[in-house]
This record gives sequence, C-alpha cells and structure tokens, in this order.
Amino acid sequence: MASRITIEVTRYNPARDPEPRMTSYEVPLHREWVVLDALNCIKDHLDGSLTFRWSCRMGVCGSCGMMINGVPKLACATFLSDYAPGPVRVEPMRHFPILRDLVVDTSDFLMKLARSKPWIIRTVEKPADEEHIQTPAQLEEYRQFSMCINCLLCYAACPIYGLDPQFTGPAAIALAQRYNMDSRDEGASERLDSLSNREGIWGCMFVGECTQVCPKHVDPAGAIQQYKLTAATEWLKAMVLPRGAK
Amino acid sequence: MSKRSNEPFLWLLFSAGGSVSALLMPVHLFLFAIAFPLGWLDPPSDETLLALIRPPLVRVYLFVFCFLSLFHGAHRFRFTLYDGLQIKHLNEIINVLCYGGAVLGTVTAAYLLWRIP
Repeated sequence: MASRITIEVTRYNPARDPEPRMTSYEVPLHREWVVLDALNCIKDHLDGSLTFRWSCRMGVCGSCGMMINGVPKLACATFLSDYAPGPVRVEPMRHFPILRDLVVDTSDFLMKLARSKPWIIRTVEKPADEEHIQTPAQLEEYRQFSMCINCLLCYAACPIYGLDPQFTGPAAIALAQRYNMDSRDEGASERLDSLSNREGIWGCMFVGECTQVCPKHVDPAGAIQQYKLTAATEWLKAMVLPRGAK
Repeated sequence: MSKRSNEPFLWLLFSAGGSVSALLMPVHLFLFAIAFPLGWLDPPSDETLLALIRPPLVRVYLFVFCFLSLFHGAHRFRFTLYDGLQIKHLNEIINVLCYGGAVLGTVTAAYLLWRIP
C-alpha cells in the first residue's frame, strides 16, 4: 500500500472567497485511518484554518457527514484505504448552504424537524407515578426509525430535496413515523395534518437514495411509504365513514 | 385532517395501477405486441377474440386494467414533467393534460368495451 494519499478538500471562507475552491493536501495513508483522521491530520500539521464538524469518531453523533468522492458518508466511518491510491475528494454535504469549508447550515432541517413533532404527544397525561408499559413487540414497531442520528446524509442524497427545498425530507418524516408507530403516542393525526401535503409525504418520489446512504439503516424511504399508506387509509376512512365515526 | 389534499386519492390509483400493470401488462404485451406479430404463436381469429372478451366479467377486467394503468401512467408522467423537466410552475396545465388524458383514455376504453357486439 502506498504510504501517502492526496485529499482534495473544499475550502471556502465567505468573508474572503467569492466561491468554494478545492485544495489538495497529502497525508499519510495508514490502514486504520478514516477520512476524519486525514482531516484532523491536515488541521494539526498542514493548515489549522480547515473547518469541519466532528465529535464522537464512532458513527453515533452524526456530526461529520460530508460528500466523499461525491457520495454522502460519515467521515469517521469511511476508511482512506478504500480509496487508495487516491485522490479522495471531500466536499461539504450537497443541498445545504456552506458556512465555511466543510461546515453547512442545517437550520432548514431543524425548522422542518420541529414541524414533524418528533416527541410523544398525549391527549391526557398519565399520573407521574404510572408507567407507560410497552412490550418488546411494540418497541420493535418503531425501533429501526429511532436509530436516526440526524446526520443529514439522507438530505444530501435526496434528489427531491435538491430540486425542491420546500420538501420536508427523509429524516424528518421518518422521525414523525417513529413517533406515530410508538404505542405511547397519540399525536398521529396532528402530524398527519402537517405532513400529508405536497411538501410532506406526497413530495417523496420513492427514489430510495436516502435508505442507500443511511449509516444507521433507518430506511427513511420505507418509513415514508408506510406513512403514505396510513395517510391514504385515513383519507379513505374520512371519505367512506360518516362524520364523527373515525 | 383539516387541509384536504387529493394527493392520497391519486396515490392510491397510482399504487393500484402500478401493481396491476406490473403483473398483467407484460403478458398482454408479450402476446399481442411480440408473440403474435412475429408468428411465434398462432394468433387467434377475430371471432375467437370477440368471443373471449364478450362476457361481462372479461369486459370489467379489461376496463379496470385500462383505467388503473392509465392513471398510474398519468401520475408518473406528471412527476417526470415536474422534476425531470423542472416545469413545476406549469402545475395546472400538467395536471389537466396528465389526468385529463387518463380520463379520456378510460372513457374511450369504457365506450369501446360497451360497444362490443
């Protein structure tokens, strides 16, 4: 294995640069190094001004999402040796405004996430000393969708979000579905009101790229399809059943 | 649900149409567009075909087959125009052309099936 590899990194300082540009750096190619190690090596030894988000180094915090050779990936879970002999292109996540270098502005997602109401909604709260009992089978219903770490790789992969920034997007809808499927939750119809529209679930074309890139195997595309079926069933019920019988 | 959207209705037709056409269209296409014209199989005579589609159940089958497949195609074509050609602002014209086309096709199918002697 060659002992060094070239990394091409997007550099952008909005105060100085008219637009983002690519800069190449040469870093050691160790078998156990991931892209995040290479970026830290650049920051420590070559250019301390390189800016990127990271925290846990183990695929849990969801901070280090970036485009690696054009594919949305977590920098901490992508081995350099898989790209030998290089070069490896590292860019900020697609479809988000760049703040600086590899850091993107995710406020659009945070606004949409709140619209999905990703918390347990109860019509009547149980007394504090009473438990909400849930069986393992009930937990299994939503467990997969609860694995989301908000890394936003699915947004960088989703062509619909790229074309139409109004689209709520994969993670926010999958998280809404995570709470819809939770036996303790009673907020499904509230969420349906804010998500059963063109910008919500009906904007999804089931391209499936979100599921392909998800590092936690959440399957957002599957969640949205499930949600569409629920919404369609509710629509049919509202059509067929007399008012108030739902 | 407060804001009623007709999207669930269109999506149900799209899904049903997708399943129906994926299951049945290949057989129909293979027989009538490939096997009979190329002479791989002996084509049935006009009388045999007419006798085959005369029973009301067969007519209903063909009607549902045409109706759902057309609405499936209309929905898919609508979004192909929206996203593929990036002409979402022509929303209303696209809707009228796509679903209007499907309605027209469905009515034509119903009329032709009804008129079978």
